[in-house]
Amino acid sequence: MTDTLRTPGERSARPGHPTTDTARRTGRRTRFTDDTGRRVRPWELVLRYLLLLGVLALTIGPFLWQLSTSLKGPTEDIYSSPPSFLPDHPTLHNYGRVADVIPVWDYALNSLKVAVASVVTNCVGSALAGYALARLRYRGRRVATLVFILALLVPAESIIIAQFTTMRSLDLNNTLIGVVLPGCVGALNVLLMRNAFLNLPYEIEEAAFVDGANVWQRFLRIALPSVRGTLAVVAIFAFMGAWDDFLWPLIVLGDPSKFTLTVGLNYLHGTFANDQRLVAAGTIIAVAPLIALFACLQRYFFRGVGEGAVKG
Amino acid sequence: MALSSPARRGSRVRRQLPSSPWLFAAPGLLVTAAFVLYPFVSTVVNSFTDRRTLVPGDFVGLANYREMLHDDQFWVALRNSTLYVVGVVPALVILPLLLALLVQKHIPGIAFFRSAFYTPVVASIVVVGLIWVWLLDERGLINSLLETLGAGPVGFLSDQWLILLSAMAVTVWKGLGYYMIIYLAALANVPRELHEAAAVDGAGAVRRFLSVTVPALRSTMVLVAALSSVSAFKVFSEVYLIANPTGGPGGEDTTLVMLVQRTGTGLSGRVGYASAISVVVFLITVVLMLLVLRADRKDEAQA
Repeated sequence: MTDTLRTPGERSARPGHPTTDTARRTGRRTRFTDDTGRRVRPWELVLRYLLLLGVLALTIGPFLWQLSTSLKGPTEDIYSSPPSFLPDHPTLHNYGRVADVIPVWDYALNSLKVAVASVVTNCVGSALAGYALARLRYRGRRVATLVFILALLVPAESIIIAQFTTMRSLDLNNTLIGVVLPGCVGALNVLLMRNAFLNLPYEIEEAAFVDGANVWQRFLRIALPSVRGTLAVVAIFAFMGAWDDFLWPLIVLGDPSKFTLTVGLNYLHGTFANDQRLVAAGTIIAVAPLIALFACLQRYFFRGVGEGAVKG
Repeated sequence: MALSSPARRGSRVRRQLPSSPWLFAAPGLLVTAAFVLYPFVSTVVNSFTDRRTLVPGDFVGLANYREMLHDDQFWVALRNSTLYVVGVVPALVILPLLLALLVQKHIPGIAFFRSAFYTPVVASIVVVGLIWVWLLDERGLINSLLETLGAGPVGFLSDQWLILLSAMAVTVWKGLGYYMIIYLAALANVPRELHEAAAVDGAGAVRRFLSVTVPALRSTMVLVAALSSVSAFKVFSEVYLIANPTGGPGGEDTTLVMLVQRTGTGLSGRVGYASAISVVVFLITVVLMLLVLRADRKDEAQA
């Protein structure tokens, strides 16, 4: 993407050019140009920001309303009309109360366990398999690649009943291991890692080979550090996928003590639907860690969209 | 130099430790085979049996598929999932593109707006669903705003069609940021010269959008249509949360995946029948993909 934000001073500033200084002085005010290099008129800029703020209200507003509801005390009317957007006396009361109604911190811990396990298995499994598909010559490599491509074409929703009976026959239904297993090495992640390894030049690994490095050393010391970016994408999307997943844990977990946060929230909503303050507190607990993660690691989230969009 | 042709170099690196490739690939292959491919085959096989959760069941031929033809619940669910595609896909092809155009220019603060617009994508569908259940509540924010405008409360969560419409709105709301990023990446690849040439020819912003941007983004729009139609057809959580687990008043809002979940799970789950519905879900998603890709090819032929 070309940078369209330029000051006229920058544009005419050439080393040794006699007019540079005058141009700098007169071009102090920042101006904006569009794709064709024409100046954006002020009213157009104002309109643009108004639209941006409107969309911002639509996308962030609902989260803020939920936060506000969760901070409203038991005596405050949450149904008032016109609505009051800020709590009169902000309190964390509801966060304590939601823990009395459902073991919300246990559920959060369950979600964390599932998400961390999924990150570890996906990173290890897809890096190993991706390396094998990209770098190692062996009979059946094409078949192995095909297995992952075929797996990518099968929508999880259409095999969920069979996954459930499989877990039952392994006696893993109602366990967190059962929640993790079906997604523990995603086919998409394997193919992403394969592409990342294919993009590495052979020469570096050959140098190590000449120096006597074996395949594990080449994988761990040379190839893997070079694909850190893709590995981070895999890790983040594995975490988000596991933390946010709903349908599969809902099916495989029957015992309320094993629930993950999403299933627990659904349970809270079904049982205590009348108390919106509690539900609001629960949803904030569920969404806060991911928003924090997103705030810190944005570029990997965006990068993952581009790479993951190949998914069918 | 001829000795170090890429192929030769590659083969030297690859040649050693004959067992390690399989060691490397084994975890991924085993998991994929055990938890994706085997369940897929087992779904197809089960669809020809009357298996239940606790009863192995017998081969019954096409009985499940025949039952489906006369099952009102199945047709209602098929209708709802199809309506979902029809309602959601056009919105998710067009709105994120407009949004991408809005955040494309590097004006101050734009990175913040881009991130903010992406936030709903990061949140769990359960969180998003519950936020909207509260917003759309009979006494929730939206109805109370409508009330201050003098309009009566709207039964977003009680009317059969409004429930479906509300769920679609939630799906679109949550998907906007994701497809916006896809479009943003594609917009960066639209040759700037085309815009400049069109501007020189006196084309206005709208004209340039229709004659330069849209044709250049055609394959991205097809990709978005394919991704969003497949995921819309498999909708579960939004409707499950906004209607209720049984699919709204009289179950009229049940979708196909909800029907699969309700029929096939639990101790008395009818695994055979649920598998047959699953096979239909799978086949329709494949057909949807093929249809979109074919429309793409037809467009290309005309262009």
